[in-house]
Amino acid sequence: MTDASINASTVTAQPRVDEASFGDYFALLKPRVMSLVVFTALVGLLAAPVPVHPFVGFCAILFIAIGGGASGALNMWWDADIDKVMKRTKGRPIPSGKVEEGEALALGLALSGLSVIMLGLATNWIAGAFLAFTIFFYVVVYTMWLKRSTPQNIVIGGAAGAFPPVIGWVAATGSMPLEPWLMFALTFMWTPPHFWALALFMRSDYDDAGVPMLTVTHGRRATRTHILIYTVLLSVLAVGTAFSNIGGPVYLTVALILNALFLSGAWKISRRTEADSEADNFKVERSFFKLSLLYLFLHFGAILVEALLKPYGLGGWS
Amino acid sequence: MSLRKSHELHQRRFGRNLGVGLTLAAFIFIIFGLTVVKVSGTDFGMAQQEVQN
Repeated sequence: MTDASINASTVTAQPRVDEASFGDYFALLKPRVMSLVVFTALVGLLAAPVPVHPFVGFCAILFIAIGGGASGALNMWWDADIDKVMKRTKGRPIPSGKVEEGEALALGLALSGLSVIMLGLATNWIAGAFLAFTIFFYVVVYTMWLKRSTPQNIVIGGAAGAFPPVIGWVAATGSMPLEPWLMFALTFMWTPPHFWALALFMRSDYDDAGVPMLTVTHGRRATRTHILIYTVLLSVLAVGTAFSNIGGPVYLTVALILNALFLSGAWKISRRTEADSEADNFKVERSFFKLSLLYLFLHFGAILVEALLKPYGLGGWS
Repeated sequence: MSLRKSHELHQRRFGRNLGVGLTLAAFIFIIFGLTVVKVSGTDFGMAQQEVQN
């Protein structure tokens, strides 16, 4: 994005067909991941027992989303080398040659600082500090350290994606009781089975990039067993959350149905052989992955419904 | 060294410049909105009352 050419009337450079558009810079922020961050942070904010001015609430969610996007840009900057290798990521702005690595770094750093400061000013500095920690955790602990060094990368790194509901709650209340940590634990425990299912049917990608996914280091049989173990633990947690202050009959109903489906999917995955999976092009693994997206969305949706019903005396167990 | 008004660069980067412009305008609106909310909020009102007393 060097603009040295613009003050020379003798410029003859041809238009670059691969020149970055505004959308390419926006793509650096991983909009799909941002949408998950926005939704879970919003649930955290609205489930908190302290009312927030709507405009302050909007700004809080916006700056949490920008912070999440900034860490996405820094992740793309650091992982540009392996993004080039993986089919799933080679169309991203840096590997496709539209945006330079340094631009992603600059955008990521600038938006990180902006989001933390603005969240602190709009809500409180505990929330701002928490957002800063989340960015640090995702970029330094997960991207730079764990991702390429341990097959537990997804397990520990998943914490970064689980922080937004806690930040939303802290933005509203300035405190961190058990409830936001239950939402954290829900996302944290959900992440491994979600990603390992993806790794099962996108296997060549991670192999080619040399990322030590569980499928590569411990084998695919072990990964299938891990998915089942984590899903059992997740189910206990998800159903147990129904009996906390953020749960209620709506949440319990949703949790019972979804966890029965999720456990059934995990059980099927654990019983299948590679030959079974290849025969139907990983049909069960793919549907488990799709269900996992719905799983998280509906659990948080149910928490939101319980929170929205409370003012009418309907939400929760009281 | 003058910048020609109709330089091809302007057309090529119109979308990008428009995006940046709108983002900056939105940021100004957010700062303004937050200021209004904070100034008219209870904390600031109470502090103002204390000063008057």
